Amino acid sequence: MAGPVLEMRSIVKTFPGVKALSDVTLTVRQGEVHAICGENGAGKSTLMKVLSGVHPHGSYEGDILFEGETVRFKDIRASEQHGIVIIHQELALSPYLSLAENIFLGNEHAKGGFINWRETLRHATELLRRVGLTDHPETRVTDIGVGKQQLVEIAKALSKKVKLLILDEPTAALNDEDSDKLLDLILELKKQGITSIIISHKLNEIRKVADSVTIIRDGHSIETLDVKAPETTEDRIISGMVGRDLDHRFPERTPHEAEKGAAPALQIRDWTVHHPIDQQRKVVDGVSIEVRRGEIVGIAGLMGAGRTELAMSVFGRSYGRYAGGTVLKDGKEIRTKTVAEAVDHGIAYVTEDRKHYGLNLIDTINRNISLTALSKVAKRGVVDEQQERQVSEGYRKSMNIKAPTVFEPVGKLSGGNQQKVVLSKWIFAGPDVLILDEPTRGIDVGAKFEIYTVIDQLAAQGKAVVFISSELPELLGMCDRIYTMAAGRLTGEFPRAEATQEVLMRQMTKDKEVTR
Amino acid sequence: MSTDVTDKSPAAAPPGKGGGSATGGGMLQLVLDGLRRNMRQYGMLIALGLLVILFQVWTDGDLLLPRNVSNLVLQNSYILILAIGMMLVIIAGHIDLSVGSLTAFTGAFAAVLTVQHDLPWPVALVLCLAVGAAAGAAQGFLIAYLGIPSFIVTLAGMLMFRGLTEMLLKGQTLGPFPDGLQKMGNGFLPEVGPDTNYHNITLLLGFALLTFAVLQEVRDRKRQQEFALEVVPRNLFLLKLVAISAAILTVTMLLASYKGAPIILLVLGVLVVGYGYVMRNAVFGRHIYAIGGNLPAAKLSGVKDKKVTFLVFLNMGVLAAVAGLVVAARLNAASPKAGLSFELEAIASSFIGGASMSGGVGTILGAIIGGLVLGVLNNGMNLLSVGTDWQQVIKGMALLIAVGFDVWNKRKSGS
Repeated sequence: MAGPVLEMRSIVKTFPGVKALSDVTLTVRQGEVHAICGENGAGKSTLMKVLSGVHPHGSYEGDILFEGETVRFKDIRASEQHGIVIIHQELALSPYLSLAENIFLGNEHAKGGFINWRETLRHATELLRRVGLTDHPETRVTDIGVGKQQLVEIAKALSKKVKLLILDEPTAALNDEDSDKLLDLILELKKQGITSIIISHKLNEIRKVADSVTIIRDGHSIETLDVKAPETTEDRIISGMVGRDLDHRFPERTPHEAEKGAAPALQIRDWTVHHPIDQQRKVVDGVSIEVRRGEIVGIAGLMGAGRTELAMSVFGRSYGRYAGGTVLKDGKEIRTKTVAEAVDHGIAYVTEDRKHYGLNLIDTINRNISLTALSKVAKRGVVDEQQERQVSEGYRKSMNIKAPTVFEPVGKLSGGNQQKVVLSKWIFAGPDVLILDEPTRGIDVGAKFEIYTVIDQLAAQGKAVVFISSELPELLGMCDRIYTMAAGRLTGEFPRAEATQEVLMRQMTKDKEVTR
Repeated sequence: MSTDVTDKSPAAAPPGKGGGSATGGGMLQLVLDGLRRNMRQYGMLIALGLLVILFQVWTDGDLLLPRNVSNLVLQNSYILILAIGMMLVIIAGHIDLSVGSLTAFTGAFAAVLTVQHDLPWPVALVLCLAVGAAAGAAQGFLIAYLGIPSFIVTLAGMLMFRGLTEMLLKGQTLGPFPDGLQKMGNGFLPEVGPDTNYHNITLLLGFALLTFAVLQEVRDRKRQQEFALEVVPRNLFLLKLVAISAAILTVTMLLASYKGAPIILLVLGVLVVGYGYVMRNAVFGRHIYAIGGNLPAAKLSGVKDKKVTFLVFLNMGVLAAVAGLVVAARLNAASPKAGLSFELEAIASSFIGGASMSGGVGTILGAIIGGLVLGVLNNGMNLLSVGTDWQQVIKGMALLIAVGFDVWNKRKSGS
C-alpha cells in the first residue's frame, strides 16, 4: 500500500458558541477512495471546508500535511493550486453558460484577456469524454440533467489538474442510474491515480467504492476502518456512527397513553410528492403516518430522506408537486391545499430553516409572534396593539426568550432564542397538531433542554406532536413512537421500547432495493 | 418599527425601571435609546428641521412666511400623495414606475369628461378614481398572479399611460376645469364666523386635531397600564405631549394667519392619518410588512401574499388618480406633459424617508418626511433663485446622503 497523501492532525474548529470540530485526525493514502461518514451535524462538511481553505488557515487549530509538506491555505484558490478540489453538495455551476465556459470559469484559456475559443472547445470536449459525457461543450448547463451536471463539476475539477478530489454527498440529489454512473467514474479516476474523499451516509455506496472509511461523531474522529476487511460490516459502521450514551439531556417524560378510542388527530395516507423541477423523481413515495392527541411521534431520517418535504407538502402544498394521498384530521378528510386552510384545521409547521422560512428577521419579536394569528388580537381587521404586546410579553416570559423587550428585532437574537420565537408564534396560533422540523438544530445544549420541556408540555396539554429530527438521541429521549424514512419511503415504525439507535440507523440507511 | 405622528415610539423604547420617578439622567438615557432605535426616522426629522432653519436664515425669513408655507403645501401635495402609495409598494418589496404617467392619464381623463362632455365634476371625480383603480388592478394582477416583475410591468405601464394620455388630449392642453374641481387643487377652507384676524375654521380644526392627538396619547397610556405593561415615565410622556402640541399649533397659526388651510391639506391629512393607522394597526398593513420582510416565511404563516400584493398596486392606482386630479386642478388644465418624473420623486421620497430596497421597512410618516425634505429643498432653492440645473444636482446629493448615512449607520451597529 502507498503512503499517505494527506494527513490532517488534531483539527479543532470553533464557531461562535459552537465547537464544530473538537479533535479530528484523518489520514488518506495515495490513490485510494476514502469515505467519511457520520450523522448530520457531526462535522463532516466543516472538516472538508477546513481542508479546502473555505475556512482559511488561522481560523482553525491543528496541522494539514499534503504530499508530505505542511500546507496553509488562505482560500480555495490556494488549495486548488495544490490539486485539492472540492465539489459541494449544492452544485456551483452557472446555469446559462455553456459546459465549456463553466469548466474553465475563473481559469480560462485566454490571451491578453480574450478567450481562445478553439482551445477552450477542444480541451472541454476532451475533459467531458474523460467523465463519460458526449454532450456538445456549447450546450447550456441548464439544458442537461442534474446527474450530468455533477459530472461536469468533475470535469471542471479535472481541468484544474486535480490530485485529491473531495465529493460532499455527491449522490444526494441523483437517481439510482446517475448515482451508479458517478460511482463508476470515481473508480475509473482511481485507476488514473486520483485520490478521492467521498462524504456519504449511504452504506451500500461506501461498500461499493471506498477502500477505507473514517467515522466522525460529534466533532471527533472515532475510527478508521478498512472497508475491504471482512469484519467491517454495515452494523460495525452504524455502531461507530451512533455509539454514544444517552445522558440526562431530556426532561423526565412519562410516556403518554394516547387515548385509544378516538380517531388519530392527524393521519396522512399514501402521500406522494414529486420534485418541483425534476418531475420524474418521487421525493415522498406513498408515506402513511398517524399521530394521536397527547403523543409525540418522531420521524427519523438522514438528509434527503424526504421528511421536510413530507411535512411541507402536507402543510399547504408548500413543497414540490402533489401526486396523491389524503390528510385526515380527527378521522375526517380535510383540504390542506393552502397554508391558510392547514392553519384553520389546526395544523402548525415549525420549519427547520427559521431564518429563511420561519421569521421576518428585520421585524420585532412582538410582530413575529402575532403574525400567524393576528385575528386573535384584532377586531374587524384592526390590531389591538396593547393586547398584542401583552400576548408577546407573556411568551417572552413563559418561553424565557432572552431579550430586553419584545420590540427587539429577531435578527439580533441567538439561534436558541429565535427558535423560541418561532415556537411561540405557532403555539399562539393554537394548533391541535404541531409538526416540528429539527426544532433544536444549531442551538446550544441549555436552550435545547428548554425546548424539549416545551414540547413535553404541549403533548401533556393534549396536542399531537410530530417531531422530525436527524439526532437519534433526542428522538429516543422524547418520542412515544418513531417512524424511519429513507429515500422518500417509510422504512419502519418502532414503539419507544423497541427503538435503539442501531435499529433506527439501520432503517435510515436502508436503500431502495432492500425495501422493495 | 413604525412611528407615526401620534405614535408611541418612546413606549417602544426600553421602559425605565422606576416608572414615573425616573431621574434626569435616566430620562436622557431613555430619549437616547429611543433615538438610536429609530435613528433613521429621527435622523431625517432632525435633518428636515435643520433644512427649514437653514433656508429660513438664507431667505431672510421668507421660507416660513404664512403665504409661502401655504404654497409649499400646495406645491408638494401630489408628490406626498404618491409617496404614501409608493411607500406601501416599496415595503411590499416592489416598485412602481408608472405613477407619473398614470397621474397624467387620469388628469386628462378628468378634462375630457368635464371640459369636452360637460359631466358634473363629482361624477368625473368618481370615474377618474375608478379608472385609477382599474389601471392599478391590471398591473397588480400581472405582478401578483402572473409573477411578472413589478419593474417590468410598471415600466410598460409608464410608456403606455403616457401614450394614452397624448391620445386622449390629441397632444393639446385641455382646460379650464369647473370651479368645484379647481378648488381641490387651489382652494382654501371657507371663511366663517367673526373676524379674528385669523382663519376661524383652520384654528378650530387645529385645536380639534390637538385635542384628538393628546387624548389618543393619554388613552394609549391608560390602556397600557390596564394591561399591566410598562409605560414611559410621566415626565417623558409630558415632554412628548408638549412637543406634539407645539408642532401642531405652529403650523395651525401659520396657516390661519394667511388664507387658512388649503383643502388639499385636509385631504392629505386624512390620507396620512388613515394610511398610518392601516400600516401600523390593520392586519392588512402587517401583512404588507410581512411579505416584504421575508416572503417565504410570510407564505408559511398563512399570509395571502398574492392578494396583498394585488391590493397594494390597486391602491397605488387610486392614489395616482387622486394625485392626477389634484395636479390637473392646480394647473387648471390637463397637459400631455403633466406628471413627468413624479414617480422618481415619489420613489426618492420613500427612500429618503427610510424605505429599504429589499422591502419590509418604512413608514407613512417617513414617506411624508422624505417628501417634505425634497419639497423644502425645491421651495427654498426657488426662493434663492437657484437654477434648475443645480437644484437637480443638490436633490440627487440629498438622496445619496440620506441613504448613505443609513447604510453607514447600519454597518456601524453591526447589523
